[in-house]
Amino acid sequence: MNIALSEFAPLSTEIFVLTMACVILIVDVFISEQRRIISYALSLATLLVAALISGSMLDNETAVVLNGTFVSDPMAALLKTCIFLITIGVFMYSRSYLVARGIFHGEYYVLGLFAVLGMMVLVSAHNLLTIYLGLELLSLSLYALVAFNRDSAEASEAAMKYFVLGALASGMLLYGISMLYGATGSLDIAEVAAALAARGEMEMIQIFALCFIVVGLAFKFGAVPFHMWVPDVYHGAPTPVTLFIGSAPKIAAFAMAMRLLEQALGGLSADWQDMLTILAVLSLAIGNVIAIAQTNIKRMLAYSTISHVGFLILGLIAGTTEGYSAAMFYAITYALMAIGGFGMIILLSRAGFEADQLDDFKGLNERSPWFALMMLILMFSMAGVPPTVGFYAKLSVLQAVIHVDMVWLAVVAVFFSIIGAFYYIRVIKLMYFDAPLSEEPLKPGAELQVVVSVNGLAVLGLGIFPGALLALCNAVLA
Amino acid sequence: MDFERFIFYFFAAVLVFAAGRVITVRNPVHAALHLVLAFFTCAALWLLLEAEFLAIALVLVYVGAVMVLFLFVVMMLDINVSPLREGFIRYLPVGLSVAALIVIEMFLVVRARNFGADAVAIPARHGADYSNTRELGSVLYTDYVYPFEIAAVILLVAIIAAIVLTMRRRPGTKHQNPVDQVAVKSSDRVRLVKMKAEERQ
Repeated sequence: MNIALSEFAPLSTEIFVLTMACVILIVDVFISEQRRIISYALSLATLLVAALISGSMLDNETAVVLNGTFVSDPMAALLKTCIFLITIGVFMYSRSYLVARGIFHGEYYVLGLFAVLGMMVLVSAHNLLTIYLGLELLSLSLYALVAFNRDSAEASEAAMKYFVLGALASGMLLYGISMLYGATGSLDIAEVAAALAARGEMEMIQIFALCFIVVGLAFKFGAVPFHMWVPDVYHGAPTPVTLFIGSAPKIAAFAMAMRLLEQALGGLSADWQDMLTILAVLSLAIGNVIAIAQTNIKRMLAYSTISHVGFLILGLIAGTTEGYSAAMFYAITYALMAIGGFGMIILLSRAGFEADQLDDFKGLNERSPWFALMMLILMFSMAGVPPTVGFYAKLSVLQAVIHVDMVWLAVVAVFFSIIGAFYYIRVIKLMYFDAPLSEEPLKPGAELQVVVSVNGLAVLGLGIFPGALLALCNAVLA
Repeated sequence: MDFERFIFYFFAAVLVFAAGRVITVRNPVHAALHLVLAFFTCAALWLLLEAEFLAIALVLVYVGAVMVLFLFVVMMLDINVSPLREGFIRYLPVGLSVAALIVIEMFLVVRARNFGADAVAIPARHGADYSNTRELGSVLYTDYVYPFEIAAVILLVAIIAAIVLTMRRRPGTKHQNPVDQVAVKSSDRVRLVKMKAEERQ
């Protein structure tokens, strides 16, 4: 078999990011410690150019190339563009934190780019083998990033937990995939779907495979009852890494769920909808209720992630184009809110001091009204208060769920969101109505100020004008 | 029972025995050696399946490289395994019940009715001139070029991660500088000090 060179055209973004990651790896070896900023600038430029390339592919027609292992469709183009933009935000947030702690190494950015590459592979996978490899590339980079601050015992512990549980989850997923291969005789997503459409005697194996695949997915999403790693890893990892883990990989996980559940296992949707319903309800309940008891804001945001994942899964349960596009909108906007939330911790921290306690946010309004306002917007958005984008994300998911006559699920979701609103609004109360613990004025760098402001205003702006992104999410799935 | 079947059951029995010993022996060196045996018998089973290249790769890579390295690590680091065994009895009932549940489920699903010779076609036999290595190579670099490249990137990330997590320049690390060693002069090493002779007491 010969591969035409034109088959590589849809992969141009992947090839570019891989090449640049290798270039930065080499360049970083030869530059001195003072010029480390070059690696940083190169990484940002890479992501920016990659975002432009994948953004330009939005209108391209769906193309399955390289013997069905890679697919380039509008959904992949949109999700990749969002992953690049979110990662640019992650890198910009993390620089000052890394510099202040003396761990501003090029490897952070190289591993970050490889993680982005893993996400891209996941997003464009059209073969179960590619899905698994993309997931491993992403996870391996993230394990290393969590342990990046080698002198921190907490980070090492978190990395160990993440690694062991992640390996277990990958094993589950792989076992499910092998069963699916046994039942359908193919790893290609389209062929698997076709084989499942002709449901035969292999039904039992298919359900068996589905169970393991859903468990593997739930582990990666951090949905209850497979959530135990989330708070520990979010808490133990260095804040810039938490920022990364909590944001862009959620978009990739959504894409993985779409490829596996909707495209490959669409024929078994009645079965996986029941499983996902349990995951969603438990995630909403446990995420929101346990978050109230947290005093550490990183742990609180970790539990909040779990509850948001529950919401995202609701969109998948609906099983309609409306539901999928609502879930996609949710994943993208959640990533935007998450980098803002963790970014505020970086903003308040300084060398030798982690502002990861709720009390550290006390009286933020007196110290800096502007950043308190930004945090207010982010918290309102996570709670789902209009006119922030979180409101529209929740609204569109609930609409999709109601349109398939699952009103009880929508009621449960709203009920737990109201409980969840308590701990978001508590942060706002601490910022505006409590006296600050330290009178030290906030002096973040210009870069951090800009990125926090842009992030906060984007959450507000998308909330006032959600139409464009919503329409885009609809269009790429249609 | 023909000879091939006899060989299969022989190696399968050895494999099960070796794998069981890996997790039951107390001495980590013995466990590693049993794992070597398990890999070896596994390779023999793969030979029966006409997967010659993979069988040899298993012996070369896992037995020849990975397990030797593993043995080195086990011998170099004096790992005290007794704390690792604590709680074994306590967790045994839970572990056994989970294992039993999974085995029963697997038995119900993965049984001869689903994956037996009637359900799945028996693969064709190939002659002596059939090259397993050539077949693997021809699909690896064409049909599966994309997964193959991703696997290469994963290995690269593994190398980067290993170096990032372990390489550190600690103050006081002892190292040699050959340039200084070659350029050394006798005057650098021995310093002659003129002193007055001390008086005899």
